Amino acid sequence: MTPSTAETVLFWVLAPIMVLAASGLLFARKAVHAALCVITVMISLAFLYVAQEAPFLGVVQVVVYTGAVMMLFLFVLMLVGVDASDSLVETLRAQRWVGWLAALGLGVVLVGVVGRATYPDAVGLAEANAPGNPTGVARIIFGQHVFGLEVVGALLVTAALGALVLTHRQRLKPLVKQPERAAARVAAGGRLTPLPAPGVYARHNAMDVPALDPDGNPIDESVPRVLRIRGQEAGTAEYRADTYRRAVTAVLAERGVVGDGEVDAALGTVEDDPRPAAAPPGTTTGPTADIDLGGGSTRTETER
Amino acid sequence: MTATLAAVLPTALPAAAADGGAADFSQDVFWVWLLKAVGILVFLLTSVLIAIWFERRVVGRMQLRPGPNVHGPFGLFQSLADAMKLLLKEDVTVKAADKLVYLVAPFIAVFCSLLTMAVIPFGPEVSIFGVVTPLQLTDFPVAVLYILACASVGVYGIVLGGWSSNSTYPLLGAVRSTAQVISYELAMGLSLVSVFILAGSMSTSEIVASQTTIWWLIPLAPAFVIYVISMVGETNRLPFDLPEAEGELVGGYTTEYSSMKFAWFFLAEYINMLNVSAVATTLFFGGWRAPWPLSWIGDGVLNTGWWPLLWFVAKVWLFMFLFVWIRGTLLRFRYDQFMKFGWKVLIPSALVWLVCVAVVQGVRQFGGADVMAMLPWLGGAILVIVALSFLIPEKKPVPEPAPSDEPFDAFAGGFPVPPLPGQSLPPSPRALRREAQSPASPALVGGPAADDGAADGDAPESPTQEVPRG
Repeated sequence: MTPSTAETVLFWVLAPIMVLAASGLLFARKAVHAALCVITVMISLAFLYVAQEAPFLGVVQVVVYTGAVMMLFLFVLMLVGVDASDSLVETLRAQRWVGWLAALGLGVVLVGVVGRATYPDAVGLAEANAPGNPTGVARIIFGQHVFGLEVVGALLVTAALGALVLTHRQRLKPLVKQPERAAARVAAGGRLTPLPAPGVYARHNAMDVPALDPDGNPIDESVPRVLRIRGQEAGTAEYRADTYRRAVTAVLAERGVVGDGEVDAALGTVEDDPRPAAAPPGTTTGPTADIDLGGGSTRTETER
Repeated sequence: MTATLAAVLPTALPAAAADGGAADFSQDVFWVWLLKAVGILVFLLTSVLIAIWFERRVVGRMQLRPGPNVHGPFGLFQSLADAMKLLLKEDVTVKAADKLVYLVAPFIAVFCSLLTMAVIPFGPEVSIFGVVTPLQLTDFPVAVLYILACASVGVYGIVLGGWSSNSTYPLLGAVRSTAQVISYELAMGLSLVSVFILAGSMSTSEIVASQTTIWWLIPLAPAFVIYVISMVGETNRLPFDLPEAEGELVGGYTTEYSSMKFAWFFLAEYINMLNVSAVATTLFFGGWRAPWPLSWIGDGVLNTGWWPLLWFVAKVWLFMFLFVWIRGTLLRFRYDQFMKFGWKVLIPSALVWLVCVAVVQGVRQFGGADVMAMLPWLGGAILVIVALSFLIPEKKPVPEPAPSDEPFDAFAGGFPVPPLPGQSLPPSPRALRREAQSPASPALVGGPAADDGAADGDAPESPTQEVPRG
């Protein structure tokens, strides 16, 4: 049985790709690139399996090896990072020369074997695939080789149990995981939500304009820490919600209360440390020179 | 569950093996393939445009706001405007990125998502310009496994995109995506296997043909539930959108992508939603078959010709609505909850269900026993198991070990051991030495170590009390 034209074309398209990818595995500097080359080889191999009337093998190759095994490899490799490349320092002495020698020996053996091999026409494909390819594979695995399959299954289960036992260690302290940390955060009583963005509900949405809380009072924390330390925060008095203030003033006026002091008291906006008059958003009122925002700056803020 | 299954099975299942329902592609010629392939592409791309609009409108309605309603009738052109905006935006390539992988990743994602629909049957045999052909691009004996393979390769797009951006949040998104795929594809595959067992085939057209009398949704309800949960996880949609959780990871793996490259990822996500909906339709919802009351009209006339295309699309959009509904209802899982759910709930229940299905099918097919005769036994067994489960005492919380008063012996039993709960390590000899040398804090010298030594009695022999050498 000779391969069809389409199969031949497919082979000659995929074979160079596979050889290139395989050599890429050897010469790639980054581990993830090497893994990508392996994936290319695996998928091309799957195509060849399908072309050779073994669709089950081809698809399972992709599902199991490319989809699960290589994904696990990549999972570990990714943590290495993009910029890291393998160290090329020889740790075992003369390892490189021994490696070359062994490779040469393997090459000679392979050339000898492959060169002298004969390729008789393949037979038996039609009978093997007669009940349908997956059914044929199932008959072989669960019929002729069922004992071997069971033994391998037992071996794998034992290996998995062994991994569990070997990686087990006695826990000396209670395990602190995400739920416990979340509970601790709530118990500590700090701010649970993210900080409001600057400019929320304010009249400007510039970075230096504080957000307003439901009462219309500015929230200092919403302005980035750097701007606050540099003194570049826009004055809070300027950006207080005037509408709310006006409404409160009107209500108080109805009740016969007039005067800024009472309104301020009702709004809760009395500033014991009045800021300088507001600059328009975007302008700098603080020092123009760069300030060192190292470790010291944090201390300044917390101590204030 | 087994009892209900067994009750349904004998009447429902015509035969274990599929009754030769495989689609016949022998009439196909080159231009028919081309026509079908282009048709699938057009269907997917227009569906994505509509899906984006649909999702925003439906979520808007659920949140009591109008949603996009300005551009075109009912805001239908909003997606077009968004697509144009993405096309024309500046395409930023991150300087520190791994260029090749960074460029290839979005293409992998889109390419793999486009492959799945090739094996989905859209309808029975129809006549296209005189050629009688199934409304399906292709089919083969392992078509559903092929779908799983495409999905698993498509995830490489996400993983590589996150890695190659050379940035923290995308990398975290990529790592999460890897873990997600490994955990949720298992459950998904296991739930599909129960369909294979009952349908006796992995080819999509034969699975549709095997649902002539009853949709697999009914006898295989638990598998369907597991599939629906894992399909939401597979497409990175709420509540499982941890790889792109915007509250935690900015945009996850898409953080460093902009313009058209981002659009590819976006496209792939929506095509994948359509894909898993189509798979759920094909495997559990009878594929293109008309729903029950309609299938009786005119002796099944609605199951022939071009009609089934309508039922198929309607069922797919039913699942799309489910996606949107879930998104509008549920909150995102915390990562540990998500992993615990996958490994400790989904996979074990899928395994148990698979064993039940395999046993029932094995008895039907090989044992020759009548399932109806086994029914009392099965019901009795389940009752006994349930009764026994009441006898299992509830798990009591492990009491905190009382703090031990014994002084800490670092070499108890001749081996170096860590302190037990309640015990604390004495200061190391080096710390003692340092304190002794610094004249600034004379009050700190001695302390607990000295007390321990006094209580121990045999202090000179104890290694922790070792005299500092040199």
